[in-house]
Amino acid sequence: MSVDVRKLDTNEYFYGHKACAGCGGSLAVRAALKVLGERAVAVLPAGCMSAVGFNFPQLCFANNAIISMFAGTASMLTGVEAGLRRRGITDFHAVGFAGDGGTADIGIQALSGAIDRGDDILYICYDNEAYMNTGIQKSGLTPFGAKTTTTPAGANIHGNLRPKKNLFEIVAAHDIPYAATATVGYLPDFLNKVEKASHIKGTRFIHVIAPCPTGWGIPVSDTVEAAREIADCGLWYLAEYENGEFTLNRDPKQFTSVEAYLKRQARFKHLTDDDIRVIIDSRDKKWAKIRQNWKTKE
Amino acid sequence: MRPYLREKTSFGFADVPEATCYEAGYLVTKNAGWRSIRPVIDAQRCVGCYQCYLYCPDGVIRIEDGKAVVDLDFCKGCGICQKTCRIGAIEMEAERK
Repeated sequence: MSVDVRKLDTNEYFYGHKACAGCGGSLAVRAALKVLGERAVAVLPAGCMSAVGFNFPQLCFANNAIISMFAGTASMLTGVEAGLRRRGITDFHAVGFAGDGGTADIGIQALSGAIDRGDDILYICYDNEAYMNTGIQKSGLTPFGAKTTTTPAGANIHGNLRPKKNLFEIVAAHDIPYAATATVGYLPDFLNKVEKASHIKGTRFIHVIAPCPTGWGIPVSDTVEAAREIADCGLWYLAEYENGEFTLNRDPKQFTSVEAYLKRQARFKHLTDDDIRVIIDSRDKKWAKIRQNWKTKE
Repeated sequence: MRPYLREKTSFGFADVPEATCYEAGYLVTKNAGWRSIRPVIDAQRCVGCYQCYLYCPDGVIRIEDGKAVVDLDFCKGCGICQKTCRIGAIEMEAERK
């Protein structure tokens, strides 16, 4: 069942794209398509991955791929799946790649509708924690304290005032057949979840953390390290929701330093010790709930 | 197999698609010019562990005969391969014109 990296499809389905060097989103798309293969039909809303993948005539997807309007990723997936099914085609995966803004803010109504109808689609949200494509504006998944162009850090207000929306549990609350969280820092885990999702019937959702060096203010070579650190320090968790139950995939005995994770990023440079304490407290509260209510699997 | 660079150098009016769809994997430009540093793989030390191949956002690394090989036409020189290499077989070298 688990994916062997050595036996992974050697074809590249997302190649020659114009994403910034070290882009986490493009890594998530490339890795997922390697599992799904050439029969995947990708739907991409307005966002980084459609902006960098379809610069006509430079078309970087080797499989079928289509751009949807911003709010309609899940609706277009519904249409793709229904259309192909009507034509008698069965060996395909309808997969959507939307950013955090396109999922948690603008596309949440279409996603909720698709889950409600139980459409046979896979929805992958690559989360870089702001509207990076348009120049780093705050989205519903921007974490507390992050500096963006719409939540600047000043003397009185230190960046974003609101915590990150709990998208994973919002989706799970629909009683979806399968939902999972992942990070591009731990790709084997992400690949396994994509593989598992590809065999499940009904709506599937994967929320994958994909650092953006430009928006996070980290060196381009640190994308994978930052994506690992966010899970190691406890500000992200690797979990699954299946058959009405939450399962924690990874329960770190000891968290690494939250401060070290925050201070390596320019978007958190301004945070005071009090702000960091708020972040650590909310992390501990969240993990206490998780450990109490969710199953754990190592 | 991966999307490959077409040899065509010009793009005329006749090439504009009539419908809103076009051939998949159609590349006309390289990304090599984006790079200021490039990965150099020490083939003596490389053990072909697939880590750099797995984590490359651009998918430009492949494993040939148990060794990592970089497609420098599309490498952007981000250096993730160097950081994910567990045995330090990848060095980033300055590009010189």
